[in-house]
Amino acid sequence: MEDKFFNTTIYNEESRQTAQNLVADYLEYQEGMEVLASDMLEQVIALRAEYEPENFTEADVRRALRCEKRTLADFGALLSPAALPLLEEMAQAAQKERQKYFGNNVLFFTPLYLANYCENYCVYCGFNCHNKIQRAKLNAEQMEREMQAISATGMQEVLLLTGESRKMSDVQYIGEACKLARKYFKVVGLEIYPVNSEEYAYLHQCGADYVTVFQETYNSEKYGQLHLAGHKRCFPYRFYAQERALRGGMRGVGLAVLLGLDDFRRDAFAVGVHAMLLQKQYPHAEIALSCPRLRPIINNDKIKPLDVGERQLLQIVCAYRLFLPYASITVSSRECARVRDNLMSICANKISAGVSTGIGSHGGSGLGDEQFAIEDGRSLETIFTALEGRGLQPVMADYIFV
Amino acid sequence: MDKFILGGHEFSSRFILGSGKYSLELIKAAVEQAGAEIITLALRRANGGELANILDYIPENVVKLPNTSGARTAEEAVRIARLARELCQSDFVKIEIIKDSKYLLPDNCATAKATEVLAKEGFVVMPYMYPDLQAARDMANAGAASIMPLGAPIGSNKGLCTLDFIQILIDEIELPIIVDAGIGKPSQACQAMEMGAAAVMVNTAIASAGDIPQMAAAFREAVSAGRKAYLAGLGEVRKFANASSPLTGFLRY
Repeated sequence: MEDKFFNTTIYNEESRQTAQNLVADYLEYQEGMEVLASDMLEQVIALRAEYEPENFTEADVRRALRCEKRTLADFGALLSPAALPLLEEMAQAAQKERQKYFGNNVLFFTPLYLANYCENYCVYCGFNCHNKIQRAKLNAEQMEREMQAISATGMQEVLLLTGESRKMSDVQYIGEACKLARKYFKVVGLEIYPVNSEEYAYLHQCGADYVTVFQETYNSEKYGQLHLAGHKRCFPYRFYAQERALRGGMRGVGLAVLLGLDDFRRDAFAVGVHAMLLQKQYPHAEIALSCPRLRPIINNDKIKPLDVGERQLLQIVCAYRLFLPYASITVSSRECARVRDNLMSICANKISAGVSTGIGSHGGSGLGDEQFAIEDGRSLETIFTALEGRGLQPVMADYIFV
Repeated sequence: MDKFILGGHEFSSRFILGSGKYSLELIKAAVEQAGAEIITLALRRANGGELANILDYIPENVVKLPNTSGARTAEEAVRIARLARELCQSDFVKIEIIKDSKYLLPDNCATAKATEVLAKEGFVVMPYMYPDLQAARDMANAGAASIMPLGAPIGSNKGLCTLDFIQILIDEIELPIIVDAGIGKPSQACQAMEMGAAAVMVNTAIASAGDIPQMAAAFREAVSAGRKAYLAGLGEVRKFANASSPLTGFLRY
């Protein structure tokens, strides 16, 4: 069957060849990977498969907008093409929910890239092991210098990131980074390769309390065509990362798909289902969503998020807000200032500032290349003032490590 | 004079103001318009940093009532309360223990446990709870200074969904009953006060108003009106008009 959602912009000759010659082993666990007794994956996949975005009508969307509590079918309607003409109504409704749960508050954070070594071959990512970029890894002293520089701007929440290389950035190394980060920040989050629950427990002890793992796409077959090698090739191990993190004692988890890899409506629907099931299974967990669109990378400036335009992006984030009003929603610096600031007013509540996705770039010495090109390089101060000007209240931390 | 006594302190105002979900710049005006003498704040927002630190925006003359939001267990609440005492220089603490990120409903059992520990340490303990008589008695026996039953889930603006059960607490518990969470408009605050609540706490209803200081002023008047009505003694509510020719009118001896 022809794939209507095949994004040709992300492949080069090498990755196209590799993808064609692969065996279908993306559902198999690799050595050392913890297997959870859970059927959440089957549930999400089944509900995603049943979802037919084309089957919804304007009446379905209007009903979904009127409801006080929205069902999965309402969520499906809000993500459907039938909802696009009602985008203004959706935005108005989403803003009301946002107001109820978060008032005018916007949380701030900044990512700190510790290392960009990677053992995966994800065709769309700048860090992939076949992409020839400048690799680097911060040592303790360099890390501290970066943290001091970020902390001096007034930032209180940091998100520590690495490429996915257990060899070059092992759990111990990340744990030490967490301990150091606790000295300078009130909130420490992680966006690293998925690990086992015991390892999450260790990282939690070291000071981290939030874990973000993007599934990229919930279409397992497409996932197999995009993640050609490495640990990340294992689709179910990645899927269960949030559950392992929560079992390891983390307070909150983040999830997302990379918009533009596959049918964005079905993928966004799957994110909502996954989040809903996680909240049901772990009622105490804080759930966070992101809405990244594909971006150009070094050695491929042609990558595009296909049919996910700004209108579609707004539709997705409003649908998330209306279906999961309590979830935190982040808009990353992949989006430009205009889009981010408006999304903060309407439906999102968390923003990164002073962003660089390279290694060692906060302390002034660029050591390694960046993961993707950013669209919003504004400083904390600039974004702070811009949001205040829109009647929003920046919040630097809303958390205590206990 | 009608004074509100809480943990040995005396207040004139029976309106406790929340400080979340709106601009820090507006806190001062809201406090003034509300006539509030107590303001709650989440300790997790009192971040100690220089940027947007809520502590810098709270007027000197109001009592800070830090809450333990973020706590999921009694132990975490106790730890947060101790930090709060240090940071806010206040013995008042509102215990909030929440294990549900969707409805933000409190855990009564864990709250009673934390109340006991903190009351022994000399805190003025104000537990936020689901209006259950047995749990309220446990908290009172554990040394609570007041009981704070919810009217509806936090932030819902749904009003007094638990009205009948709050009334039971007012009737049966000797401590001040402060209705906290759910009150969405001044008329509901007024109703809670008419029922005999000692005070009400409001945050989202004010934070989500078009004009925050003005809504704070509206609540001030509603709380005051409800209190006066309670003190005056409400007339009995009758379903039908009083019969002018009583059935027993025929009796001669």
